[in-house]
Amino acid sequence: MSTATAVSPEPRPDELRAVARRFADAAPACDYWTLRLVDEVHEGLAVRDDVPEPSSIAASRGAMVTIVADGGLGYAATADLSPAGLAAAAERAASAAALHARLGLFDAKLAPRSGVRDEYHSPVEQPWAQMTLADKLGLLGDACARLDRGERIVERAAWLGHRRVNQLLVSSDGAHIDQTFEYVHSGLAATAHINGQTQTRTGGGHDRPGQGGLERLATAALLADAERVAGEAIALCEAPECPSGQMDLLLLPSQMTLQIHESIGHPLELDRILGDERNYAGLSFVTPDMLGTYRYGSSLLNVTFDPTLPGEVASYAADDDGTPARRVHLIRDGILERPLGGELSQRRARLSGTACARACAWDRPPIDRMANINLVPNEEGLDEMIARVERGVLMDTNRSWSIDDSRNKFQFSCQLGRLIEDGELKGLVRNPGYRGVSARFWRSLDGVGNPETLEVRGVQNCGKGEPNQSVYVGHASPPCLFRDIDVFGGGL
Amino acid sequence: MTPDRFFDLFSALEADLGGGEVLFAGLGAERSDFVRLSQNRVRQAGSVDTADLGLTLIDGARQVEGSCQLGGDAAGDLGRARALLGQLRQRIAHVPDDPFLHYSREPASSERRIDADLPRPEEAVGTLTDLADGLDLVGIWAAGDVVEALASSVGHRHWHASRSFNLDWSCYLDRDKAVKASYCGFDWQPEQLRHKLDHQRADLAVLGRPARRIEPGRYRAYLAPAALQELMDLLAWGGFGLRDHRTQQTPLLKLATGEAQLSPMLTVIEEHKRGLAPGFTAEGFTKPEQVSLIEEGWYQDCLADARSAKEYDAAVNAAAEYPESLAIAPGDLATAEALRQLDTGILIGNLWYGNWSDRNACRMTGMTRFGTFWVEHGEPVAPLAVMRFDDSLYHLLGDRLEGLTQERELLLSAETYDGRSTDSALLPGALVSGIDLAL
Repeated sequence: MSTATAVSPEPRPDELRAVARRFADAAPACDYWTLRLVDEVHEGLAVRDDVPEPSSIAASRGAMVTIVADGGLGYAATADLSPAGLAAAAERAASAAALHARLGLFDAKLAPRSGVRDEYHSPVEQPWAQMTLADKLGLLGDACARLDRGERIVERAAWLGHRRVNQLLVSSDGAHIDQTFEYVHSGLAATAHINGQTQTRTGGGHDRPGQGGLERLATAALLADAERVAGEAIALCEAPECPSGQMDLLLLPSQMTLQIHESIGHPLELDRILGDERNYAGLSFVTPDMLGTYRYGSSLLNVTFDPTLPGEVASYAADDDGTPARRVHLIRDGILERPLGGELSQRRARLSGTACARACAWDRPPIDRMANINLVPNEEGLDEMIARVERGVLMDTNRSWSIDDSRNKFQFSCQLGRLIEDGELKGLVRNPGYRGVSARFWRSLDGVGNPETLEVRGVQNCGKGEPNQSVYVGHASPPCLFRDIDVFGGGL
Repeated sequence: MTPDRFFDLFSALEADLGGGEVLFAGLGAERSDFVRLSQNRVRQAGSVDTADLGLTLIDGARQVEGSCQLGGDAAGDLGRARALLGQLRQRIAHVPDDPFLHYSREPASSERRIDADLPRPEEAVGTLTDLADGLDLVGIWAAGDVVEALASSVGHRHWHASRSFNLDWSCYLDRDKAVKASYCGFDWQPEQLRHKLDHQRADLAVLGRPARRIEPGRYRAYLAPAALQELMDLLAWGGFGLRDHRTQQTPLLKLATGEAQLSPMLTVIEEHKRGLAPGFTAEGFTKPEQVSLIEEGWYQDCLADARSAKEYDAAVNAAAEYPESLAIAPGDLATAEALRQLDTGILIGNLWYGNWSDRNACRMTGMTRFGTFWVEHGEPVAPLAVMRFDDSLYHLLGDRLEGLTQERELLLSAETYDGRSTDSALLPGALVSGIDLAL
């Protein structure tokens, strides 16, 4: 490997291909192997209270070797990409495979094999390097300054980050999947403190991760959003508490992201359904017999697994087992159709699934994950939904999330609430929250916004697995209206 | 990675420095075996070998940070480190002075090695699956070496290495009925594992009884140390940091300003000396032996990292502004007496997925999970269907705290998001006169 640049500004696919060739030339004797090479770079910039935080760059390059031998499946991760380093990793993987062969939960013949040849590149119009470091810090400085509204704002921050992941997956069956993912994300936060009440509001793209380059800053509106963010933080401190009681709930896409994630995405993960995650992330209230018949939500509920949407944060050509990605329905007209499970889980469960075996980095093995889990728009505009509410609350931007280990009983809070009375939007309320049970909540869905109201968002911290893994997950959704929900506010 | 290899690499980098440059280098490395289990069989087995080098280049009042992965061969690693240093040197010209730049100007060195005679994964997992025969066991075996080290051109040379195992598992009866345990440390003794599994088998017998369903409301409860840990983990998220206090974002703001008080029984300490985390910070500061956070219900000190310490003119007393080695002082309630004093209520073995309902009110929510029972006349009589709590710590550890146990449990973190964690907590159980269940 070249060592000329630790944190390379450009992808180095040729270097990864050379490593892969060397490994294949001296491939270990086994039934099947894969080599997943990952070359990843990050850059993080932030300005807090007008002071730039130390800027950081990071590079991580390594390999995950998977070996299938004698009915066992094992893995080993190493940053030593020399022939000797990879050979040592293959030996360790073979040793793990022998343990699996002796005490395994399943026969490794079920492990997926891939011969797919494909490539993928995130759509990038304006490369990260086109803007100088000084200009980026200048932009953040301006954005942070615009959050300044005097002493009522007790902390202000603006940030900007870039991540590029070049991944090459090759296998003994001839797979060669070369994918480059590129992300630019930004954000703003203002925290206000007035009369003992502290409130934080975010914006500037902070909960809208996506693939792409600097062109993403145009929609993030880092500068233009600052006044709103700071103003709302102050207004929330002075707003009344969100009322408590049963009422209608209108969730904007900034909260639908979390609602979909926690109470549709996670419960449908097949490894949870199979019980693999019970010691940590949990299981699921969904059982295999529900597939095809279970009414998950009202007939307005249509949800897809769609890793093909350009620019959404978890789009790809193939998952980390080498299974080609395609769009499928998970829930159609409210009826549960299929779970989220990669090929290995599908074969163990004898169920159809999705191409969603994903690893967070080179040093973790693939497990069943969400990719892009999207709620399909319907026909209503936001104003039309508001007009149908007699008494309710509109909630915007997730603040807090908690759900039981079966992904059923949940409680979520948002940064901002707004009362709806007699079909009209009224004043702000602070500390808005709601709770419910997944198995019933989606059946109260009574309105789904039209395509014009659809927003493509996601989360950057979806955690599960042992050892732990955190991945990016995309969620696109319009605003949605739910009837008769348990809503509450803050206080002791 | 050995100390000689790391310090030699640093010395080579140091030789490249210009006149005014200062360099700090941190190493975070691990060589771990991970074996996931489900249904008392191996679900996924493997190993991970990583070594991450972090550099902070300082020139005058400016600083920039970078990191790269080390591969293992000395020449290649030095090449990567030099390349990273070159990139930092290019960047530092474009960043402004940092008024909160703060690093130790005092040379210091330390070496701490915690060794262990670890079984090979096949031996440990084979023993576990044999002892757990007949149980639906799910969990993870994580074992191996973890290294954190620091070198600087000021003269810091710190090496902190530990070899340990952490077996974290649950045994399931049916659906979400389960009991959880962990066995971790440095001295692998299968008899201790057998004892823990025997204890779980006894609990599973109670779990087999029909589950008790209760309505939302307020109930007396005994929180086992692992349940209290979930509350303290959430409180650690912004509760004790100096920056969170000075920007009035801490959920303990009312405590800090004297508007609210916690129970006089509650004393909370960050025990750097007792913990497993390194005794030094990335900026070369040596952590004090301990930091008193809450004493007899009153707020004491904050945790201040180097940056906040500079900004707010305080002493550095932590690597980061959250506890790594938290302890709650023991109370006078014998653990064996806890359920008798509870009488009728809930024995909460674990809480799960805590998050804030309202930080201003230090109000949190979460779920009961694992080993939670309905207790009558001091005896667990039935498992409890999972319930959501939504309550303030000003109540749970304040006016409704009836007692803390004399005995405490040392709980080592099983977290592995950023490598195997060295965090730990030493906690008693807590008897409370009421916890509000919301769903």
